[in-house]
Amino acid sequence: MDKKKTMLSGEIASAALRESFVKLDPRIMMRNPVMFVVEIGFLVTLLLCFVPDAFGGTVPRWFNIVTTVILLLTLLFANFAEALAEGRGKAQADSLKKTKQDISANKVSSSGAIKVVPASELRKGDFVVVEAGELIPGDGEVVEGLASVDESAITGESAPVIKEAGGDFSSVTGGTKVVSDKIKVRISADPGESFLDRMISLVEGAKRQKTPNEIALNTVLVSLTLIFLIVVVTLPFLSDFLGIQMEIPILIALLVCLIPTTIGGLLSAIGIAGMDRVTQFNVLAMSGKAVEASGDINTIILDKTGTITFGNRMASEFVPVKAIREEETAYWAAISSLKDETPEGRSVLELMKKNGFPYDEKLGEGGEFIEFQAETRMSGIDLPDGRQVRKGAVDSVKQWVRSQGGSVPDDLDDGSSAIATAGGTPLAVAVDNRIYGLIHLKDTVKPGMRERFEQMRRMGIKTIMCTGDNPLTAATIAREAGVDDFIAESKPEDKIAVIRREQAEGKLVAMTGDGTNDAPALAQADVGIAMNSGTVAAKEAANMVDLDSDPSKIIEVVAIGKQLLMTRGALTTFSIANDVAKYFAIIPAMFMVAIPQMQTLNIMRLDSPLSAILSALIFNAIIIPLLIPLAMKGVAYKPMSTSRLLGKNLLIYGFGGLVAPFIGIKLIDLAVQVFI
Amino acid sequence: MTTISILAIVVTLLIVVLLAKPVGLYLAAAFDYAPNRLNRIYGPVERIIYKISGIREDNQSWKMYAASLIGSNAVMILIVYLVLRFQGMLPLNPAGIANMEPSLAFNTAISFMANTDLQHYSGESGVSYLSQASVLVFAMFVSPATGLALVMAFIRGLTGKAAGNFFVDLIRGLTRVLLPVAFVSALLFVFMGVPQTFEPAATATTLEGAQQTIARGPIASFLAIKEVGNNGGGFLGVNSAHPFENPSGLSNLLQILLMMLVTSALPFAYGKMAGSIKQGRVLFVSMLMMLIIMTTLSLTAESAGNPALNNLGIQHEQGSMEGKEVRFGEAQSAFYSVITTAAETGAVNTMHDTLTPIGGMVPLANMMLNTVFGGMGVGFVNVLMYAIIAVFLSGLMVGRTPEFLGRKIEGKEMKLIAVTLLVQPFLILVPTAIALATNPETISNPGFHGLTQALYEFTSAAANNGSGFEGLGDATTFWNVSTGIVMFLGRYISMVTLLAVAGSLAAKKPIPESSGTFRTDTAMFGAVFVGIVLIVGALTFFPALVLGPIAEQLTL
Repeated sequence: MDKKKTMLSGEIASAALRESFVKLDPRIMMRNPVMFVVEIGFLVTLLLCFVPDAFGGTVPRWFNIVTTVILLLTLLFANFAEALAEGRGKAQADSLKKTKQDISANKVSSSGAIKVVPASELRKGDFVVVEAGELIPGDGEVVEGLASVDESAITGESAPVIKEAGGDFSSVTGGTKVVSDKIKVRISADPGESFLDRMISLVEGAKRQKTPNEIALNTVLVSLTLIFLIVVVTLPFLSDFLGIQMEIPILIALLVCLIPTTIGGLLSAIGIAGMDRVTQFNVLAMSGKAVEASGDINTIILDKTGTITFGNRMASEFVPVKAIREEETAYWAAISSLKDETPEGRSVLELMKKNGFPYDEKLGEGGEFIEFQAETRMSGIDLPDGRQVRKGAVDSVKQWVRSQGGSVPDDLDDGSSAIATAGGTPLAVAVDNRIYGLIHLKDTVKPGMRERFEQMRRMGIKTIMCTGDNPLTAATIAREAGVDDFIAESKPEDKIAVIRREQAEGKLVAMTGDGTNDAPALAQADVGIAMNSGTVAAKEAANMVDLDSDPSKIIEVVAIGKQLLMTRGALTTFSIANDVAKYFAIIPAMFMVAIPQMQTLNIMRLDSPLSAILSALIFNAIIIPLLIPLAMKGVAYKPMSTSRLLGKNLLIYGFGGLVAPFIGIKLIDLAVQVFI
Repeated sequence: MTTISILAIVVTLLIVVLLAKPVGLYLAAAFDYAPNRLNRIYGPVERIIYKISGIREDNQSWKMYAASLIGSNAVMILIVYLVLRFQGMLPLNPAGIANMEPSLAFNTAISFMANTDLQHYSGESGVSYLSQASVLVFAMFVSPATGLALVMAFIRGLTGKAAGNFFVDLIRGLTRVLLPVAFVSALLFVFMGVPQTFEPAATATTLEGAQQTIARGPIASFLAIKEVGNNGGGFLGVNSAHPFENPSGLSNLLQILLMMLVTSALPFAYGKMAGSIKQGRVLFVSMLMMLIIMTTLSLTAESAGNPALNNLGIQHEQGSMEGKEVRFGEAQSAFYSVITTAAETGAVNTMHDTLTPIGGMVPLANMMLNTVFGGMGVGFVNVLMYAIIAVFLSGLMVGRTPEFLGRKIEGKEMKLIAVTLLVQPFLILVPTAIALATNPETISNPGFHGLTQALYEFTSAAANNGSGFEGLGDATTFWNVSTGIVMFLGRYISMVTLLAVAGSLAAKKPIPESSGTFRTDTAMFGAVFVGIVLIVGALTFFPALVLGPIAEQLTL
């Protein structure tokens, strides 16, 4: 996805720049109450630039002009942040739209005749035929045939995937390309409702709704804004009693500095960027709410096969029988697998390499490979010298050896049941009438999974593994992977039962799935991530679709959700903490002329009242663009205990927010006083 | 300031700390609906009261609870108003005191029912014995009982229980808390020399042969409920500065302990009800820290004396003694001013008007924050509101939808809290601005001190404290009506909104605690809580304080 990541190009930035002026329209501005207050302040100071004594003020005209410019910049900075976040989505949408253009479809009419029509004329239920080299005209399900499909337009993954009628790999997406063979597809979406259409509107942010948490935070910001409005509006009455005249532009400057413009200006950018991060991660979230909810997940339900383990059994150990050395067992196990292309066979040779056991590859040359068959339940090789080497199910091998007059070592059964108890599958290895020992086949946990589950435990997330295996095998894998709980011999309806049970305890549950039988559970889960390779039903039911079809990605999605909330919290704290320094800049400045002793409160020793006020205002404005990268990237998140995380963020954004403006305003003042 | 006077304050605080937990556990049990020992003891008596007054003991919905609270309080305000208006014609009026004029009666009725006791009259001459001993004392019992009912219902909501029944809670507050404590402490006050009589004022002949009228009356009983109910209204005009209302250091100590008794215990009651004492302890310690900061600030300012006088070379080893009683000294006077505003009682043993500017700012700040323990019940509800805000911000900072006691804080709660947050700044700053602009002639001082007078009056009214900065010509229609409205809104708006928050939270499914849960029983949470209270408070009132006490101090 490097292509998408580098899209923060000059083009987007210049489009965002134009957009920031368009967004000055009060009708758009009104959606953001904090910035709307700034805009009203801007309009008043703008008026004062032309009519300086409109309210009987005595501040110099240049001060009004400078204030007006800073306020305008404050507004533009905030708009720019939002436009930039939106722009990145739009660029993505544009490249998707290109894919969509001018596809024609080979529609199959009820009589069976094929007619070429534009894709936009296709309706739900129509049948189309797509051949190699053609684009699939719409979302649908393969009803006939098998084809490899290049889905890179959507997933960015260039390796084609196999789609076939029936089963869990039958769904195809409009805009993707068939690279070999031919399939018949039943269209499952009307134009405008296809996956691609939804994706475009999502990344464009057109349908973006404020998420619950964003609404809650916005309420707090509006409340703070109103409080400061009360403070600033009442202030001239208080000072009037003391015979001190207040200047309108200075009051506006105070108001703008106090209201939470930093977070107010960045709030929607944070939300959009959060969605965007998910998209860049190749996960398509159907709503911002789902992304937010993923940060709150208490329980994750994961399929064992394909998510936690590789799903195929791999050799993990050679178990010799009496009077045989381990190397010998291994040697024949390897010989039996020389021409075995199954994952199990290959894993035997890999284990040899890992253990450093020698074997003679040449021995197999000219030998005949005996493929695994359901009846024999063995595979192996007939060597040119006539020796027959076999590996397979213990019972079958025993029988095979006995039929040749061999005997079964008496410790074989102990060994095989020990492997079974440990959750593995035993394979016996034999040459002609002699059994050499056992291969311990194990479902192997993917590397790094254990650490991830460890991380999740630290984040307070419980992991539950679902598997069709027997409880013994399931327990072993669960222990090895380090999941908290497992459901063995699980049926699709078990998943939904587990989700309901967890939800009844008030927990939020996430799960991944791809099959049609996962759809109800995906719908029931608070965060359901469907694999793009999965069925249409699964994708419809989920609130996120993983375009890479990597089920373990759910873990990153949780981190992104948390990051989204953290970024909001951190910038809110920062914004509010900033006010302390701004007060110490502006309040003494406001009254210093009338009450010279106020100099005591001028702890930053700012040069003059006007420079102090301008410095605070400038700081207030430029902090917004300075924080845009943080709003876009999100606050760094590493799984750790909540109290440590809070301590760290409080130190950086709380304490930092308290101190930073004291330094920043002082520095700006040093520069500003040169011009005054 | 002498070591012994500091020691006396430390010992007083120590007693407060020691009493808090046992009293808190008692309160939790007293308002528990499950059968327990207290219910067996008080039950029979209370059931008679329920029977007579037709109270059914079943749970109310949150809306019903709030409606019962507001409705019954409104009716009682009306009763108090009518008695005050017609006290001249009613019995028990040996001094022949006239009917109270409408705006003053409006103010006084709200004032006593809103647990404020802002008195724009002087007790000796403004109200009859009937008014004092019946309706005012009645209101002084019912309003703290209302506050107690509120806090109990609120805590029940936070912990996911049903609201309970307002009338049952109200009666329990009276029978199990206020009446027993008031009865015992009234006896103690009598023992300390506080008068308790229905005889009219005594006339004495002084040594010079002049005739002096000495006001007296049923002061001890009035005093007891004044303190334990965080009412603060004095029987006599100068309140607890009068030798009959506060004869000695011992009675002063008892008054301070009574003011703090319930409000300092509520965090522990809350902890008990929430199933973890630690939850309450962290809030108790946070508030205690704020109280200690305020006390230190006040004592430092008062003991430094007035710099203007110090510069003249006037001896100030006793600190600033202007407006203080010699029998208490500057330490106990300053401490009393801190406690009476922390606990939103409003009783005074010194004239706050004559405190040094910074010494006067401390009581003002206590009332503005309204979370340094705060008044009977309402203070702690306010504290819990700030705790919810602290949870909201901290929750975001650790990347989770914030939850408090396992319940999610979402848009609805934050909307209600956002409205509640606006009430205090609005009710303090807007009327102050109006008063300064329209009624400057009623303010006795020019300049910064005059501004502080008006600011103090409305802060005291909005926080339902009731102490006065004095020096204000506040017995005018403007002040009576404006502070009356402020007291009413200051008390009842937040009661309704916060009960709605409790109702909304109670309906939520609790989320089990995990290692990802943000804990609210840690020192870190206490620090965030104090930080938010101080920053929000400071940001809201800093400009007003700069123009009032701070400018006054700077220009001395």
